[in-house]
Amino acid sequence: MTDLLLQMTDIRIEGRSDRQWKPIINGIDLSLNRGEILGLIGESGAGKSTLGLAAMGYTKGGCRISGGSIRFDGQELRGAPHSTLRKLRGKRIAYVAQSAAAAFNPAYKLIDQYCEGPVKHGVMGRAEAQRDAVELYRKIRLPDPDQIGFRYPHQVSGGQLQRAMTAMAMSCRPDLIVFDEPTTALDVTTQIEVLAAIRDIVREYNTAAIYITHDLAVVAQMADRIKVLLRGDEVEDAPAREMLANPQEDYTKSLWAVREFRRDPMPPQKEGTGPLLEIANVTAGYGAVTVLDGIDLTIARGSTMAIVGESGSGKSTLARVIMGLLPPWEGAIAFDGTPLPPSSRRRTPALQRHVQMIHQSADTALNPRQRIREVIGRPLEFFLGLKGAAKKARIRELLTLIELDPDEFIDRLPSELSGGQKQRVCIARALAAEPEFIICDEVTSALDQLVAEGILRLLDRLQREMSLTYMFITHDLATVRSIADTVVVMQGGKVVEQGTKDEIFTPPHPPYTELLLSSVPEMDPDWLTRLLAERGEI
Amino acid sequence: MTDLFHSLRDAPVSAWIGIVIVGIYTILAIGAPVLAPYPEAASIGSQYQPWAAPHYLGTDALGRDVMSRLIYGARNTVGIALLTTALAFAMGATLGLLAATLGGWFDAVSARVVDVLMAIPALIFALLILTITGTSVLALVLVIAVLDSTRVYRLSRAVAQGILTMDYIEVARMRGEGLWWLIRKEVLPNAAAPMIAEFGLRFCFVFLFISALSFLGLGIQPPTADWGGMVRESAKLIGFANFATWQTATFGLAPLLPAGAIALLTIGVNLIVDWVLHLSSGLRE
Amino acid sequence: MKAVLSIILKRLMVGCLTLFVVTIIIFGAIEMLPGDIATEVLGQAATEESLNAFREKYDLNRSLPERYLSWLGGAVTGDFGISLANQRPISELIGQRAANTFFLAGYAAAIAVPIAVVSGMLAALYNGSVFDRMLSSSTLAAISFPEFFIAYILILIFSVALGWFPSLANVDPGMGLGERLYLTFLPAMTLTLIVLAYMMRMTRAAILNLLALPYIEMAHLKGMKRWRVIAVHALPNALAPIINVIALNLAYLIVGVVLVEVVFVYPGLGQILVDAVSNRDVTVVQAACLIFAATYILLNLMADILSIIANPRLLHPR
Repeated sequence: MTDLLLQMTDIRIEGRSDRQWKPIINGIDLSLNRGEILGLIGESGAGKSTLGLAAMGYTKGGCRISGGSIRFDGQELRGAPHSTLRKLRGKRIAYVAQSAAAAFNPAYKLIDQYCEGPVKHGVMGRAEAQRDAVELYRKIRLPDPDQIGFRYPHQVSGGQLQRAMTAMAMSCRPDLIVFDEPTTALDVTTQIEVLAAIRDIVREYNTAAIYITHDLAVVAQMADRIKVLLRGDEVEDAPAREMLANPQEDYTKSLWAVREFRRDPMPPQKEGTGPLLEIANVTAGYGAVTVLDGIDLTIARGSTMAIVGESGSGKSTLARVIMGLLPPWEGAIAFDGTPLPPSSRRRTPALQRHVQMIHQSADTALNPRQRIREVIGRPLEFFLGLKGAAKKARIRELLTLIELDPDEFIDRLPSELSGGQKQRVCIARALAAEPEFIICDEVTSALDQLVAEGILRLLDRLQREMSLTYMFITHDLATVRSIADTVVVMQGGKVVEQGTKDEIFTPPHPPYTELLLSSVPEMDPDWLTRLLAERGEI
Repeated sequence: MTDLFHSLRDAPVSAWIGIVIVGIYTILAIGAPVLAPYPEAASIGSQYQPWAAPHYLGTDALGRDVMSRLIYGARNTVGIALLTTALAFAMGATLGLLAATLGGWFDAVSARVVDVLMAIPALIFALLILTITGTSVLALVLVIAVLDSTRVYRLSRAVAQGILTMDYIEVARMRGEGLWWLIRKEVLPNAAAPMIAEFGLRFCFVFLFISALSFLGLGIQPPTADWGGMVRESAKLIGFANFATWQTATFGLAPLLPAGAIALLTIGVNLIVDWVLHLSSGLRE
Repeated sequence: MKAVLSIILKRLMVGCLTLFVVTIIIFGAIEMLPGDIATEVLGQAATEESLNAFREKYDLNRSLPERYLSWLGGAVTGDFGISLANQRPISELIGQRAANTFFLAGYAAAIAVPIAVVSGMLAALYNGSVFDRMLSSSTLAAISFPEFFIAYILILIFSVALGWFPSLANVDPGMGLGERLYLTFLPAMTLTLIVLAYMMRMTRAAILNLLALPYIEMAHLKGMKRWRVIAVHALPNALAPIINVIALNLAYLIVGVVLVEVVFVYPGLGQILVDAVSNRDVTVVQAACLIFAATYILLNLMADILSIIANPRLLHPR
C-alpha cells in the first residue's frame, strides 16, 4: 500500500461556450499522498473548482475531460464506467460545496442526509450511521449534537450548516475530501470555527484533502502543500511553509504582496476648515426593526474613514441614510456645515452631487443595456449640464483617469467588461459629478485580491489628485489596514469603537473589536493553532 | 438594431419557419382586396361547389367563394385580434409598470382588482358580458382587452419589480432622476425582451379566444368573413362526409381549412416567441 | 405547524372573499341590462298590470341587496330561480347537465394528469434527446390548435373514416357507465389532448428548473444512483410546482369543456350556457356562470393550499 493516493497527470479540461470548446485546464499534474492536505489557490477563473471536481472524475454540465489520466489508489478514473465512479463518490472521495444552504436538500432532516451515504454505500446500517452522525457532530463541535441532526437545513445557521456538511462528507470515512471554498461565504468570526473543525477532523481520521480557496491566509493555515493556479495553468507547487516564506514565481510573489499595500498618511488638514460630514445621533430602521441606533460620527475633509463590521451591523444602512434613500427616525446629518435634508428627493442636484456612492457589485450597479458613454455621460449632463463635444471630451478624460483606454471602452456594454473594469467604470460615474465625498460600499469584496488591490491603489491616487473624502465600508480588516485614516467598528447597529487606525489596531480593545481583529487569518501557518490555544479551545 | 441582425442570422430553423408563416399571413391580411379572387360577402356561385377551378376550395352554403373568404378572414380575424392585444397590452403594461415603480397604495389596490378579475375564467366572464351587451365587435374587443390586460399586468409588474431591485436603479434614484426618466431609460430597455415575448403569447391567446367566441356564434357576425364563424358554418357538412369520393371527403375537410388557418398562425407566433425567450435568457449571461 | 395553519386559513379567507365578490359581479352584471326581467319575459306589449303581477310573483320589487341575498341563498340550496326562455325552474334544467359536465371533465382529467406528469418528467430527465424534442414540438402544436380543430380532426379520423366512435355524444340519464364512456370518448380525448400539452410543458419546465439546483448535483456527488436522485431528492421538492400545474389545468379544463360540448352536442352545462347567451336568457346565464366560476375559484384555492402544504420550508419553520 503506497502512500500515493491520487495522481492526476497532464489533465486537460474544456468547456463549451458559444458552440465552441474552450480550454479551462491546460495540462496540470497533481499528486496527493494519504493524509496530506493540498491547498489549491488562484483567482476566479483559474480553474481550481474544475480541477477539484475532476479528482472525483466529475465535470459540470458543458465540460469534458479531454486529456490526461486520473489515478485514484491505482484505479484509472478517466473513461471509467459510470457505476465505478458512482461507487467511489461519497464513499472514498467526498465533496464539500461552497454553499451548504444550497447543497442540502430542504425536504429532509440533516441526519437523514448524513445517513444516506453510509447506508446506500453499504458501509453501515441505519442505526449505526445515526449514532456515528451524533458522534461526528460532537467532534466537529456543533451545538446540541444529539438533537441538531433532527432539524431541517433552513432551521440551522450558515456556519453550523457548513460544519454539518463537513461531517456528512466524513460519514463513509473517505480517503479524500475535496473542500470547495467552504468558508468564503461566512463571516470572519464564524470562519474560525469552521476552519478549526475541518482541520481537526481531517487530521483525526488521516483523510487526504484538497482545499480550494482564493484566500491566502486561510490556505496558509490549512495546507501541507500549496499549488498556485492561473487561468488553467499551474504556476507553482511547493510545501506550504516554504512557499509562504520564499515564493519563487512572480505571480505568486504578487499574490503574497497584496496585503502589503499601505497608503501614505493623510496630509494635515487645512486650518479653519470644519469636518466634511457630521452624523449626529442617527437612529433608523425598516418597519418595526431598528437597524441603526444612535450613531455619532465625524469625517474630516480629505480623509478616509473605514466602517468595519460583520453582516447585520448596519454599515450599509448607514450609507443609505447618508445618501438620502432611508430617512432616519431621529438625528441629523450635516454636510460641510449645512444640514442635509433627510430624503434625497428634497435635496437639490447641486447639493446631492457632492455625495456619491459606489456599490459592491458592479454587475448590478450598471444597466446592462447602456453603453459606457451613456453611463458616464448621464451624470455629466444631469449635474454639470455638459453636452455635445464638451461632454464627450470629459468622458474621455474620465476614462483615462480610471486607467481605461477611451477608444477601446467608450462604446462597450457592461457585459463586455471584466469585474475590475466594471468597478472602475462605476468609479468614473461617481467622479463625473465632481463630488467631494464618496461612499465606497464594499467595493472590493466581490473582486479577486490582485484586482482589488488595483482598485484600492486607484482610489488612493484619485483621492490625492482630487482632494476627495471617502467613507469606506468593508468587513475586511486587511483593507482597513491598507487605506484607512480613521476607523469605526460597528456591531448590531451601534458604534463599538472609533478612532484613528493606530488607536484601533493597538490593544487594549473592547471585546467585540478584540474578537474581530483576532479572527482575521494571517499568513503565518501557526496562527490558527495559536489562536485556538489562546481561546482555550484545544 | 445591429444586435437584432446578428441574432436573426443565428436563429434556429424553427424561428425562421415562424417568421415565414407570420410574414405570409401579414401579406394576405394587408393585400386581401388585391389577392382574393372574389369579394368576401358576394354570393357568386351555387352552394357547395366541388374543389375545382375557379373555386379552388369550393363554395359555402351561401355560394360564396371559400378561398376568398379565407383570405379576407386573415384581415378580419387577425386584425381584430391584433387590435385587442394592443389595447390589452397598453392597459396592462402601463398599470403594471406604474404599480411596480410607484408601489404603495396604487400597487396594493390594482393588484387586488386584478386578482379578482383573474379569479373568473375568461370565457365565462366574456359570455356574461356578451349576454348584456349583445354581440357587437366593440363589446368583444373591450371585454377581451380588459380581461387579457390582467395577465400583462402581472407579467410587467413582475419584470419591473425584478429590474427595480437592481443597484443601477438605486444609482439613478440617488442622482435624483424622475419617475418618467427611470421608466423610459432604465426599466423599459431591460424589460423589452420578456414583454415582446408576452405580446406574442397574448396575441395567440386573444386570437384563439376570439375564434372560439365566433365559433360559438357570439363573436364576429356574418357576413364578415371570420375563420371561427366559417368553422361554425361548415361544421354542418361533416355529417355528409365520408372518404368514398374526393367530393364527399372535402365536406369533411371544409371546417378544417379555417381551423387550420388559425392553428398555423398560432404555431408561427409561438415559434417566434420561443426564440425571443431563448434569446433573452441567453443575453442575461 | 401553527404557522402553516395560519397561512392556510388566510388563503381560505381570501378565497371565500373572492368568491363573494365574484358572485356580486355576476349578479350585478345582469342588473345593468336596460329594463328588468319582467319586460324581458313578457315582452314589450305587456300591460302594466301583467308586469306588476309578474314582479310580485317573482319578488322583483325588493331592493337590490335583498334580491342578491335571496338569489345567493337560493343558489347555495340549489334553487336558481326560473328560466326566462321556458319558465321552468333552472335547477331542473341544469342539475343533470352539470353532472354531465363534471363527468366529462373528470374523464379527461383522469387520463390526462398521469400521462402528463410522467411524460413531463421523462422529457426533463432525458432533456435534449429525440423523445424530448419530439414532445416539445408536438405540445407546441397542440397548444396552438383551437379546441374545435382538434375536435374535428378526431371526428374525421375516428368517426367518419374509421367509424369507431360516434360524432354526437348524446348521453341520457338512463345509460350505464360503459355506454357513457364509449359515447363520450371523443370529447374526452379532445379535452385530454389540449390539457395534456399544457401540463406536459409546465411539468417539464418545473422539473428542469429543479434538476439544475445545487443539492441535486450534491446527491450525484455523494454517489447516489440516478433513479434515487430523481425519486428521493427531486420529487418531494417537485410536488409543489407539479400540484400547481395540475390544479391550474384542471381549472382550464372546466372552461374548455364549453367548446367541446358544443362541437359534440353533449348535454352539459356548457352547451346550455352558450344557448342561454344566444337567447339572452339571463337567469340561466347567471346560474351557469356561478357554477363555473365557483368551481374555478375552488380549484385554484385548492392548488394554493396544496402547494403550501407541499413546501418543506413552510411545513417546518425555524
